Amino acid sequence: MPMNRRSFIGAVAAGTAALSAPMVMGQVRPRVVVIGGGSGGGTAARYIAMDSQGEIDVTLIEPTRRYYTCYFSNLYLGGFWDFDGLGHSYGTMASRYGVNVVHDWAVGVDRDARTVALAGGGSVPYDRLVISPGIDFVEGAVPGWDVTAQDRMPHAYKAGTQTALLKSQIENMREGGTYAMVAPPNPYRCPPGPYERISMVAHVFKEQNPTAKILIVDPKENFSKQGLFEEGWQRHYPGMIERIGPDFGGDKVSVNPETMEIDIDGLVEQVDVCNVIPAQKAGRIAEIAGLTNEAGWAPVRPEDMRSRMDDAIFVLGDASQQGDMPKSGFSANSQAKVVSNAIRHELTDARLFPARYSNTCWSLIATDDGVKVGASYEPTEEKIATVDSFISQTGEDAELRRQTYQESIGWYNGIVDDIFG
Amino acid sequence: MSVTPRVRVPASASPGEVISIRTLVSHPMHTGFMEDARGEIIPRHIINRFTCDFNGETVVDMEIAPGLAHDPYIEFDVRVDESGEFAFAWHDDDGSVYTQEARIEVG
Repeated sequence: MPMNRRSFIGAVAAGTAALSAPMVMGQVRPRVVVIGGGSGGGTAARYIAMDSQGEIDVTLIEPTRRYYTCYFSNLYLGGFWDFDGLGHSYGTMASRYGVNVVHDWAVGVDRDARTVALAGGGSVPYDRLVISPGIDFVEGAVPGWDVTAQDRMPHAYKAGTQTALLKSQIENMREGGTYAMVAPPNPYRCPPGPYERISMVAHVFKEQNPTAKILIVDPKENFSKQGLFEEGWQRHYPGMIERIGPDFGGDKVSVNPETMEIDIDGLVEQVDVCNVIPAQKAGRIAEIAGLTNEAGWAPVRPEDMRSRMDDAIFVLGDASQQGDMPKSGFSANSQAKVVSNAIRHELTDARLFPARYSNTCWSLIATDDGVKVGASYEPTEEKIATVDSFISQTGEDAELRRQTYQESIGWYNGIVDDIFG
Repeated sequence: MSVTPRVRVPASASPGEVISIRTLVSHPMHTGFMEDARGEIIPRHIINRFTCDFNGETVVDMEIAPGLAHDPYIEFDVRVDESGEFAFAWHDDDGSVYTQEARIEVG
């Protein structure tokens, strides 16, 4: 291998990493800062550090010490997955791959000076910045609801304590009571997520509270995997689930957390559990950094997820507006690998591969009744565009559905190992 | 079983205008031909009649047979010449009648 400046430094860095390498190398190693340690940011930090073999100094800024995946949190609600099984930590990323993990909030980005300000004080310089902050909720999206009401009416759309709270409310709901979900408008995190959640709540009720009712108030005409979900609901939970779409006022809903009432375009219903999933936008730091558009998302270039506002910044995962890919952990993980390659190409002359993206979203409807939808994607001039797609079919036999569910477990174990293992 | 009837009627219209009315009622609509998990027939239990009156005059009177899907959705058009009250009724096999009303201003 011909020795150039970068590979020389890389070799030295690798050889001395266990000693005081950061002090010596801090001056010369290019610096990448990653904000957000979920499926997008966690994957990017790990892959950049791992594949650059010490040539790039990677700092991951993530406030939580233990990360709970949103994916599979519905399975926890349904009793198919342990709460602890959703949680993952950053130990391996730091110890094996040398990522500098900083548990703090990023509160500002100085794009001229190329520094990230931390809530705990101080700032971190970068040559390239990766922002993967996930979602935040649009204020006032559901009149009567704000985050101060999230203990009475949980969103459970960022996993962790909210998920545990919602599960407790479902399991302690009075006999024959009503669980209501205020579903979000497009676009939002995990398109089939609200409907998989309905399936899991119905599964719990069927076992523990069979006269309970489920009411979905939905601003959307249609939703992801609708035919599959409706077939499954009719089969497993007949008469339990009612959905009010925009043709009956599902787009004109307000809530009263004090009285546990929801007002559907003038028709007031008393409910026992109310799961409000508000309209969404890019995580706050993307907005603070000036990377978002009027729709609230961060537009990026389809070939490498680079911000359309700043060439030194990449935005990935749910916060990005890239085209056809759904907002999912699988998408973010896939996008992060493209970003990792693009950054290593720019900073260390690594070989650049054409971007290929993929996604699959599995959903569990009932015990061993799994379905999926997915696609592969390629960049075009304007956006990331769908190339091939596939979806489970109605009327599939039980064995195929069981295999699909088993496949989703394999995927879960694989992706968390890819990021945290 | 809680049954919630819902209707969508425009709040206002001009005299002689033809408006669309949509109705939705949550109901299992058991046909009497399906079996449960134990292989026992689920007894027939449907909404067997739906009516809509406007100012006391019949607009729609509909007989419903087994086979209509659960949560029946019924949409129809009606010409309105004057302000008034629509009264809707869904008749259940078990004798229950679920009602809903809506007012429209015509002028």
